[in-house]
Amino acid sequence: MSKQIDIKDLDIFYGDFRAVDGVQMQIKPRSVTAFIGPSGCGKSTVLRTLNRMHEVIPGASVSGEILMDGNNIYGPGVDPVNVRREVGMVFQRANPFPTMSIKENVLAGVRLNNKRMSRSEADELTERALRGANLWNEVKDRLNLPGSGLSGGQQQRLCIARAIAVEPEVLLMDEPCSALDPISTLAIEDLINDLKDKYTVVIVTHNMQQAARVSDKTAFFNIAGTGKPGKLIEFNETSSIFSNPEKEETENYISGRFG
Amino acid sequence: MPTSTQTTVSGPAGAPDPDSRPASGPAQTPKAVVRPGDRIFSAATLIAGILILLILAGVALFLLAQSKDTINAQISDPSSITGGHGFFAYVWPLVVGTLISSAIALLVATPFALGIALFTTHMAPRKLAPVLGYVIDLLAAIPSVVYGLWGIALAGNLTAFYLWLSKWFGWIPIFAPDADGSVSNTGRTLLTASLVLSIMILPIITSLTREIFLQTPRLQEEAALALGATRWEMIRMSVLPFGKSGIASATMLGLGRALGETMAVAMILSPGLLTASLVVSGNQTIASEIAQNFPEAAGLRLSELITVGLVLFVITLLVNMAARAIVAKTSVKGS
Ligand SMILES: Nc1ncnc2c1ncn2[C@@H]1O[C@H](COP(=O)(O)OP(=O)(O)OP(=O)(O)O)[C@@H](O)[C@H]1O
Ligand SMILES: [Mg+2]
Repeated sequence: MSKQIDIKDLDIFYGDFRAVDGVQMQIKPRSVTAFIGPSGCGKSTVLRTLNRMHEVIPGASVSGEILMDGNNIYGPGVDPVNVRREVGMVFQRANPFPTMSIKENVLAGVRLNNKRMSRSEADELTERALRGANLWNEVKDRLNLPGSGLSGGQQQRLCIARAIAVEPEVLLMDEPCSALDPISTLAIEDLINDLKDKYTVVIVTHNMQQAARVSDKTAFFNIAGTGKPGKLIEFNETSSIFSNPEKEETENYISGRFG
Repeated sequence: MPTSTQTTVSGPAGAPDPDSRPASGPAQTPKAVVRPGDRIFSAATLIAGILILLILAGVALFLLAQSKDTINAQISDPSSITGGHGFFAYVWPLVVGTLISSAIALLVATPFALGIALFTTHMAPRKLAPVLGYVIDLLAAIPSVVYGLWGIALAGNLTAFYLWLSKWFGWIPIFAPDADGSVSNTGRTLLTASLVLSIMILPIITSLTREIFLQTPRLQEEAALALGATRWEMIRMSVLPFGKSGIASATMLGLGRALGETMAVAMILSPGLLTASLVVSGNQTIASEIAQNFPEAAGLRLSELITVGLVLFVITLLVNMAARAIVAKTSVKGS
């Protein structure tokens, strides 16, 4: 269960504003791809087109194609709900459902997919997902307490558990560690390493060491100026992006020189 | 572990150095600095709070004082009270009528109000939504006399429906026909009054819940959508749980209005004795009883009506307390 993603001529709009222009990219299954680049260059925007969450924003639209194992997710007759069931997402700020218990949070997505599930199946899945998210040991004694009672880092891992419980083909993460301490960050990075055995992972990060640590390939986006569209500048093996980038822009960004 | 009575809390700038003085008491927190703005603000809020309590107590005291004659009559000679069987025999049909009509109004209005609020916040096309919200708010501004007039017009058209109800559902006591096998031929029954009440409380519930639904955190909605929730599933997972306590208090405000509504019910309902059936004439609510009898009342009768008002006051108070308790229990903490 892991899909290849081909992005072809992707332009992304907010109303009339062209936020991202002409992205071409091929993301291999069972790999981790990192999106890096300055603030406002469109990393989140591109990420959110991969599970059709972009169009949730009023007036937002997309042109171009995104193929998942060859099927265009923007093709006619494709239901965005089905796309989102196959492409999980973890947000920058942890967003567990506050009224649900930890266990219900983990099962929330699965209950949407098929409502009938025996108690033991549910217990088993909860444990598997929480173990997968590296959270099981911390919460196994309080599965029935509200998810909002956890620490920030635990909540974020709960959201990861919730996303992987549905066994998606692809997992998208938008700066999942930006609000976390170094230890939780490390836990999540380890987790990403494990996840790529099963899933195609795409992660947005501002932390270049993190990109270098977790990803196989890195995409560098940049923006020419405010009001201009963001563009994909370079997409390559993470090692070559960080050791000898092809483009000068990339080199400037990763070495901390701008403009 | 060393035991120390010394305060180790170091306060903000200006707090005395804890090391330089002997600990004379167990809890020596430095006195906080209060700025004038804060002091004025807290005094103003305190005054406002006390004022509200005074007004409430004033109303209660007034009602109690005016009820004195009725209470005396009840003790010395119960048969002198309207109906001839004492105050409680007089008031309880009114209480029942009031509660039934308000409950029906609430039962009918709440689902519609929630539906409209959800539609305007999460379903309606972006251009239409504000227009709908505006129209709903306008409904709230219509005076109740107008609703009363409209209700009278409506009543005539409902008789056929009531006849049908009594024919097929007459076995349910609330839809039972009268002794002749017929229903009210004017349609001015408690059910009509309740339906008009439900329309009167619809706007307030709708506009309050709409505000609440608009405040659902975007992050929560996206959490559900990203899991592959349909719009309705997203509403169930994010919007409704988040708005639960707000929905409870909105319905309670609606209930408060239904309990106290006077004009429309007084105009629509042709009052009578308490009957279980809501499609025949009969029944009465407290507010309407007061409005219809107040103009000619004097002496003991006047005092009776005020005592009835006191009963309504107590009912409303109880309902509001119950509502607070519900809200406190169901409110969502965090995020
Ligand atoms: N909801 C929105 N409506 C309109 N414009 C938006 C919206 N969200 C983002 N944009 C614009 O799209 C462009 C790209 O934004 P995006 O959030 O994708 O940047 P980013 O690379 O994720 O930045 P950051 O690193 O700060 O998260 C920006 O110019 C931003 O102003
Ligand atoms: Mg972003």
